[in-house]
Order: sequence, then structure tokens, then C-alpha cells
Amino acid sequence: MLKVRIIPCLQLIDQSLVKTVQFRKYSYIGDPINTVRIFNELEVDELCFLDIRATVQKRTPNLKILSEIADECFMPLSYGGGVKDAEMAKKILSIGFEKIIINTAAIENPALIMEIAKHSGNQSVIVSIDVKRSIWGGHAVYSNDGTIKTKLNPVEWAKQVEESGAGELLITSMDQDGTWKGFDMEIIRNISEAVSIPVIANGGAGTVSDIGKAVQIGKASAVALGSMVVFQQKGMGVLVNFPDKKELEGELS
Amino acid sequence: MGNLGSVKNMLKYIGAESTITANPVELQDAKKIILPGVGSFDQAMKRIEESGFRKVLDAKALTEKVPVLGICLGMQLLTYGSEEGLIPGLGWIPAKTIHFQADNGLKVPHMGWNIVTPSTPSPLCEKLPEESRFYFVHSYYVKVENESCSILKTYYGLNFDSAIQRGNIYGVQFHPEKSHKLGMQLLRNFANLQ
Repeated sequence: MLKVRIIPCLQLIDQSLVKTVQFRKYSYIGDPINTVRIFNELEVDELCFLDIRATVQKRTPNLKILSEIADECFMPLSYGGGVKDAEMAKKILSIGFEKIIINTAAIENPALIMEIAKHSGNQSVIVSIDVKRSIWGGHAVYSNDGTIKTKLNPVEWAKQVEESGAGELLITSMDQDGTWKGFDMEIIRNISEAVSIPVIANGGAGTVSDIGKAVQIGKASAVALGSMVVFQQKGMGVLVNFPDKKELEGELS
Repeated sequence: MGNLGSVKNMLKYIGAESTITANPVELQDAKKIILPGVGSFDQAMKRIEESGFRKVLDAKALTEKVPVLGICLGMQLLTYGSEEGLIPGLGWIPAKTIHFQADNGLKVPHMGWNIVTPSTPSPLCEKLPEESRFYFVHSYYVKVENESCSILKTYYGLNFDSAIQRGNIYGVQFHPEKSHKLGMQLLRNFANLQ
């Protein structure tokens, strides 16, 4: 049967690979191509690339870097960042990516989800939802790389994008991002239980046990890893790596 | 799915020369043919029929007997027809294409890595381990009429034919171009067919 997908989620700022903490402060990781070669060798399940500042810096996706990635990577690839229309989505899919991730563009123009889905299938559209805990409890949805708080309710928004034709959801906790403190299990679970499309839990993974919890308690279908796969340990240097397969299997069985 | 770009990328990587063509005349010189399949079943069949590809494809596959590999929807096109559409398929392999039922908690599409196990030995599967992992994305599956045409099977709520073969004609439901080294091995096997 299907195994849970464990997806390195790599953050780009144009050509550079970076890793953020709570969406703002970031460290430079290195060259994306060298990094993907390592993940290729490790035969990871899938790779996700997010150009985290493309929208706020008003840049279009860097197609040159994406082509170089697709030339090297023989695994499922997804990309998000600065995709505003179906034309751009088509371009990226034709390079050799299978999934387009949209976030701010979906909030500004929800019809875009269906537009991409109609052309390339629902499975090619991932809607990314950035969530942050409110001081008064509950969660809010943020757009534009976490800089703008919207009025959307995360669970309602998740249901709406599913209805609009999204094939998958990427749920990122802004509070947990880069902290190694584990996923925001509450929001992952609330959304997973409200929709029937796969939910990818993102933001906060620090141990293999966090991955297990996201699946068992959070009911996530897939798990994204950020800091864990680019740093040696919390507070330590860059080391592109992937959790031990045996340990993962033990956790997920 | 059905990503021409990815298939071409992998063929280039293993050193197999390939051309993407929308021109049936160009197909006449092909030594091998890959049908990746883009869009829906009817859309794809319509394009094959209307573009003049059908005649050349039939001649290449059935008379000249060049190796043909259908990938994902491309494999489903090799069957008699699909529950996804009304237009008959190429019918080169006696099989039907059926919709997955989304009951008993199974998500449709079947998306992700799954295990394939051999059902009939085939040159396409040479050097693949007994249990190999491949990447799938599909809502319809193929059921062969004659078990000898099934070369790999996969379990997703039920056992389905994840790779099929009849003579020079092959189909795989998964995406070798997205399945790391085993996918590369499979495409290399196809490229090496005589």
C-alpha cells in the first residue's frame, strides 16, 4: 500500500537556497542544484520548491533554475512562488514539474485553481495555506509570504479551495516554521478532517517522532521537512540530509 | 500528468536520443515510440484520430512491430476503452480501463509511491528487484483480459495491472520518468529492446 510521502520543502529566494525561521530571519543554505543532486542520490519521495519572496518582490518564477532542477531530478517536483496565471503554470509544468503551488494568487483569484486544474488535472494544483495562531486562540490565514493577515478562516478556506479544484493542500504553520518544535498539530488535524484531498503538513518538524505525530495525530497524508533536511541539528551548520529510512519506517508503521 | 518534458529529460540522461513530435510524418522514421498521454482519454484519442497519427501508429505498432511504450494515460489508450470516455481506445492489448471506486477510505487519484511485483516475466522489467517502488498518479486502472498480458501488478484497494505487454507493445501505469533509478532502469530496458 501507499507509504506516507516525506517531502523536503526547499526555500528559494530567486537562485539561492535559504531556510527561514518563522518566515522572516533566514540562513543561506547554498546552491539549489548541488542540493537537489544529494536528494536525488538519496531517492527521496518528492521535492517541493518555494520561492518564498517571489510574490512580495514582484518577481516571476526563475524558469532557468527550474529547468536545471528538472533536468537533474527524476522524482515528482512541485513549485510555488510568483505564479499568478495559468500560462505561467503551464510553462512550469512543461519544464518537468508536476505540481504548481499557489497561495496569494489563489486568495486574490480563486478561479485560477480551476483554470490550472482544467488544463492539467486537479492533481497538478496544490494550494498552500500559511497559518498563524491568533493571540485570542484560533488561527488566521496570511498571504504575501506571511506579511498580510487575511480575514479567511483556515478550515473554511481549505474546504473552499478543495471545492474549487485543488488536488492537495500544503499547510504551513508560521509559528512553527524553522523552530524544530514540531508541527502545529491542531490546525493540521482540523484541516485534514475537513477535506478529503491530501494534506501536507509543513512547518516545525525537528525529529522523526514529529513526522509520525503529523500522520497519526494530525491525520496528514504527507509531511514536509525544512530545517531538518538542510541543517545538521538545531543551531548547527548546513548539512543536506534525510532521516534514516529504518527509523522512519519504525515511526510510521 | 503525462509530462513530455520529464520523459525527454530522463531519456537524455540515459543517452537515448528522442524527439517530441506533433507531426505524423516524422513518426514514420521512429525506431521506438513512447506514448505519454496528455489530458483525458477522449481528448487524447480524438487528437490521435484527427491528427492523422492513427494510421501511422497502427502501421508502426502492428505491421512494422516497433516497440511502443504507453505511460500512464498512454498505457490506458492501448486498451479497448475507458470508463473515463466514450471513444474507443487503440485496442492493441485486450484490456479495459476502469475507474477506481473512492469507497473504503481510499483516496482517488491513487497518488504516490507504490510497490509493483512481477506477474509475467518481460524484457521491460529486467534487473528490477522483486518488489520495486514506482510513482503513480491516476484515477483509472487497467484490467487485462488475459493474465499473460499482465507483467506487473500493484495493490491499491484491489490488485490492478500496473504494467502490461503484448508482443512489441508495452504499457506502464506509473511514471518511470519520475521514479528515480528504477524508472531509469525500466526506460533503459525499453531503449535497449531490439
